[in-house]
Parts: sequence; C-alpha cells; structure tokens
Amino acid sequence: MTNEEAARVIVDAIEAVAADADPREVDPTEDIWYALDLDSMDQLNVMIAIGDRTGIEVPEADYPKLQSLADMTAYLAGVVTPKG
Amino acid sequence: MAPVPPPQLADYDDLRRTFDWEAEARQLDGLPNDRGLNIGHEAVDRHVLDGNGDRVAIRWNPRRGDPVDMTYEQLWRRTNRFANVLARFGVDEGGGVATLTGRIPDLYVAALGTLKAGSVYTPLFSAFGPGPIKQRIDLGSIDVLVTTARLFSRKVAPILDELASIRHVLLVGDESFESDDPRVENLEPLLQAAGEEWTIPATDPETPALLHFTSGTTGAPKGVVHVHQAVVTHYASGRYVLDLRPEDIFWCTADPGWVTGTSYGIISPLTHGVTNIVDEGEFDAERWYSIIEANEVDVWYTAPTAIRMMMRVGDDAVRRHDLSSLRVIASVGEPLNPEAVRWGEDVFGMPILDNWWQTETGGIMIANYRSQPVRPGSMGRPLPGVDATILQRDAEGEIALDAAGRPVEIDDPGSSGELAVRVGWPSMFREYLNQPERYERCFVDGWYCSGDLARRDADGYFWFVGRADDVIKSAGHLIGPFEVESALIEHPAVSEAGVIGKPHETMGELVKAFVTLARGFEDTDAVRSELLAHARRSLGSAVAPREIEIVDALPHTRSGKIMRRLLKARELGLDEGDLSTLETPAGQAAAEVSP
Repeated sequence: MTNEEAARVIVDAIEAVAADADPREVDPTEDIWYALDLDSMDQLNVMIAIGDRTGIEVPEADYPKLQSLADMTAYLAGVVTPKG
Repeated sequence: MAPVPPPQLADYDDLRRTFDWEAEARQLDGLPNDRGLNIGHEAVDRHVLDGNGDRVAIRWNPRRGDPVDMTYEQLWRRTNRFANVLARFGVDEGGGVATLTGRIPDLYVAALGTLKAGSVYTPLFSAFGPGPIKQRIDLGSIDVLVTTARLFSRKVAPILDELASIRHVLLVGDESFESDDPRVENLEPLLQAAGEEWTIPATDPETPALLHFTSGTTGAPKGVVHVHQAVVTHYASGRYVLDLRPEDIFWCTADPGWVTGTSYGIISPLTHGVTNIVDEGEFDAERWYSIIEANEVDVWYTAPTAIRMMMRVGDDAVRRHDLSSLRVIASVGEPLNPEAVRWGEDVFGMPILDNWWQTETGGIMIANYRSQPVRPGSMGRPLPGVDATILQRDAEGEIALDAAGRPVEIDDPGSSGELAVRVGWPSMFREYLNQPERYERCFVDGWYCSGDLARRDADGYFWFVGRADDVIKSAGHLIGPFEVESALIEHPAVSEAGVIGKPHETMGELVKAFVTLARGFEDTDAVRSELLAHARRSLGSAVAPREIEIVDALPHTRSGKIMRRLLKARELGLDEGDLSTLETPAGQAAAEVSP
C-alpha cells in the first residue's frame, strides 16, 4: 500500500466511525484522537474499520504507536502481509 | 517491599453483626467546634490539621509529560482560594458549581473548593456534547461553570447565550483566551487574587453537597441530590471494600464526570488520606500498567469495559510489568463477566472484585471483598450496614404487594425480582431535583427500589439479571434512550427514532438507533453519515448512537409509544413467538431479552 492509499483508508475509517470529525483538518503529526475528541472505543472502531477496508488486522498492542495520521500512514504502508 | 496488610474486613458475618454507621461516622472528624459535617473538611482540611499536609494528595499524570504532585497542604490552600472566589461571587452556601474539564488537578480543586464553600457540586462529562451540557446546566440552575478554553470554544460558546442560569464561566489553563461575554473569566488570576484562608461555614450533615445527573427511560435526566452526610458511606465503603489505608497509592480510573469518579475518584480516597492517582490520558493498556508499576499502586478501581479491553490486548502486556504492588482490584459499572474475574486471577494473581451501586445510592452497596470467597459473575454481598433484598414484581412491572400491603421478598435463589435496599444508609439520595413524585415512586414500605433486576443465591450473593426499564448501560454509563431519540428527531431528515442498547462484547451495550425518514429523504450512506454526525455534534461521543439503522416503520404500542423492547428483541434475533411477551405494558419482559 502506498502512503497515499493508506492515508485515504485512515481518513475514510475515521469518518465512518466519527461522522462529525474532519480528519483532514488535523496536522498529520498531531495527536489525532485528542484533536478530534475520539475516545478509546472510537479508536478501537477506527482500527476495526481499517481492517474491514484493507484486511490488515492491527493488534491492540500496537495502538499506542498510532497516535497521529503520520504514525498510522507509515504503519499501514509498512505492513506487507495483509491477513487472509 | 512492606508486608501486605491484613484486610480491614476480616470476617464478613462478624462485621455485619457489629457494624454501626454511628461508629463509622466517628472515624471522621466533623467540623471544628461541633459545626457539623462537610465533605471538603474530611477530604482535605483534616489531614492538614492532623499534621499530614506534606503527604501527596493528588499525583496527576498529564496526557504527555512528567507527573505533577499536589500535597494535601497545597490542595488545602488552593481549595481555600477557590472557596473565596465563590464567596466573592456570592455563590457560596447553596450556589451551584459545575465542572466540564478533562481529568486535570483544577477539577479536583473546584469540586472540593465548592464543597468547602457550602455550594453544590455537579460534574459534567467532558465527552458530552452541547445538548446534554445545556440540559443539565438548565435543570440544575448552575451558577458557575468551570471549564477549559478548548472545551469552552467547542461546546459551550455556541450555547452560552441560552445558558440563563450561568453567572460566571471560569476558564482553567490557557490565559490567552478571550471572550466577548463578560461572564467568561480566567480562573488563575481570580485564585491568585483570592485569600488563602477560608473557614468552612457550619454545615448541617443534611445540607446538599452533590448534584449528579442520571438517565431514565422517559423525559429529561434526573438530578440526583446527595448531602454531606454521604461522606460516611464514602469513607466506610473505602475502608471495607477498597481496603484503603492512609499510606496507600490508589487509582480509580473512572472520570469524575460520572458518579464513580466523584465518590471514589475524589471523595472516598481523600477522606482516607491516600495518594490519589489521576490520569488525564484515554485508556491505553500499556500506559495503565506503566502507571501502576511506576507508582506502586496498591488499590485499583476500574470498570468492566476497560478490563475487557485489557483482555483484548493480551496477557503479555501485563506480564511485562511488575504489578506486585497491587493488593485490591475492584470493578463497577456493569456486571463483570466470570471470564474477566478469572482472567484477573490468572494475570494479576487476584480475582477482580465486582460490586454494585448506582448514582442514587451514592456509594457501594453490594460487593465482593478481599477476604471473602468470590463467586465469578456475582456482585457479592451487601456492605455491613446495608440491607438488600429481592422484591417480587407483578405483571405490570410494579412491586407486588401482599394482602397487608407489604412488598414480598423473594427467598427462592432461582427467582429474580427487583433489587432493593433498606432505607437508612448515609449516602442515600435525598431528592430528584424538582421531581418529588418521581422520588416517592422509588420507595415502597421503607425499601429503595433500584430498577435493576437481580436474584440472590442461597448464600446471600446477589446476581445481576437486567434492567427493569429501557435504560442503556454502555461502557459503565447509563444512557437514556429518550435523550438520544430527542436529539435525532431534531434533524429534518428524521421522522421518528427508537433507541436501544445492543449487546457489545467490550462495552456491554452500545447505543443503536432505529429511525424512519421524513418525506423526501432516502436511505443513503450520505444520510446515515449525516445523522451520525448530527447526533455526535449534539450529544457528544459518550451519548451519541454508534449505529443508526434506517427502517420503514417503527413498532408502536396502542397508545402510540415506540416499543423499544420489540426493537431490541428483533435486534437480538428472537423469533416472533417470543415477541408476545414483549408487549406487556411495563418492564417485566425487559429482563427476558437482556443479554
């Protein structure tokens, strides 16, 4: 997955979970969850939505590493073996 | 490491025989010169007077950066200043003060300063949207709102003109923020200009202290009033359930925006003089284990949703940390599933102690105890000093009465009924604000009827069965379907809405809405997304539905009310044959469709 593709999936997933949020407004290095007022359940649902769209299952233990759009983009683009 | 101290509740039956609320009250100091009982004095001032002012009261872990300690003496000075600010405003003694902030030290200062001023404290959850915030401020006639510049601009500024009761908005933190509204001021300069000396006014123990809001099935949220006397329950339950000692490091993960975070995140631990951990961050298993390890937390009070999220993260994350400081782990919010209790035993080396109480009870009523056998899945046995029972319900869902007009207690361990508590514990709520009839309806012949359905086994352990009404329990918080439905039908695309709790493996239940569309709107992704967005903007993430399903029609009773229980039965895939039981007029059937 390219960085651009990854970024699009993340923005889609966030909008699907928190329809009131505008992730495009947030600085890519900022704490996205705090900036958009997303709680830990929202975060979990975003990760599940990313999984639904890409087949990439993000283990819960990796969530703390995924605090900004930049973190998440790099993480998804770096995953080479989608499940299934 | 110091040896593990013995449990303060050593023998349950023994303590039940000898327990006396008066004796517990004597563990507290009371205001000097017999001027009454004030929660703020018991939680803060008395420790300073006793020479323990240099102990750490609050250890705050900011979202990012190093922890910041506040000693009891520092807390004492700052709460004195806050009380002086309120007095200058003329909102001491009976005025209403609300906080709308994240978990930051000044939330604790505002709460305790308010109590010391003799005013009434209301916590508002920072994940509420403008709708729930306005409704609660209006219902409570709140005079002063303490919030941050960030939350103010996002959630309060758009509705400030409509907040008629608000006389002052005090902003914590960022002092560069300016507002055109003269009611808005920065808190810090006011605190610095205020005196550091404050004498708590004489406080009758029956003086209102706390105003919490809780949701019912119908109508607006209920304002639940607690008095200063409640501190006796907060203290005693802290002693016997949480096993708190002054030298302890204690962490309650609940947000003070909800009753657990106030009773056990502020009051109970501070009355024991412990060091109270406050974490500003959102749930993050790794962060949580690190906080326990770094601070050598002795007693940890958390919630089923968090525990189930930790289970998802896995055992390895726990085992990477030295969590041997832990002596007690307790949980509240919704029933803790047996797997979670056993998981605790496996990874932490002790069962997680589930307990039960409500906003109305003010403190823990039924609990598992450190020294007693735990039955996984059970909420445990009543606190010594608390009498609980199961009352029989009639076909209409009302408490059944015998020929003499008395409620009927259920002794059969297999039968469920309404969980009730004998009137007389100190933290019983004293009113539903401005709704005396609704308050009266909670009591039958000296029993407070909780609205929860439960059963009691042969050994006196209580087991939760379900809610007697349509209230939703999501991530430990009560959410009223009516509040959510009202917000949805404000949107022009929505004709009608019915809201239920849908079983969810982590959150217990999640809020799901069924809506019918107004003429001219079609079921498209864009409409569904717009409705989700509308609900979150108005209600906030804590209350808004996480799923919206558009349907052609909603089921109604003959009187025209939406049948939420039928929606729930359909959602659960119960077949038509089961549905007849759902059409009884009142809550009886709700238990049968609860997960």
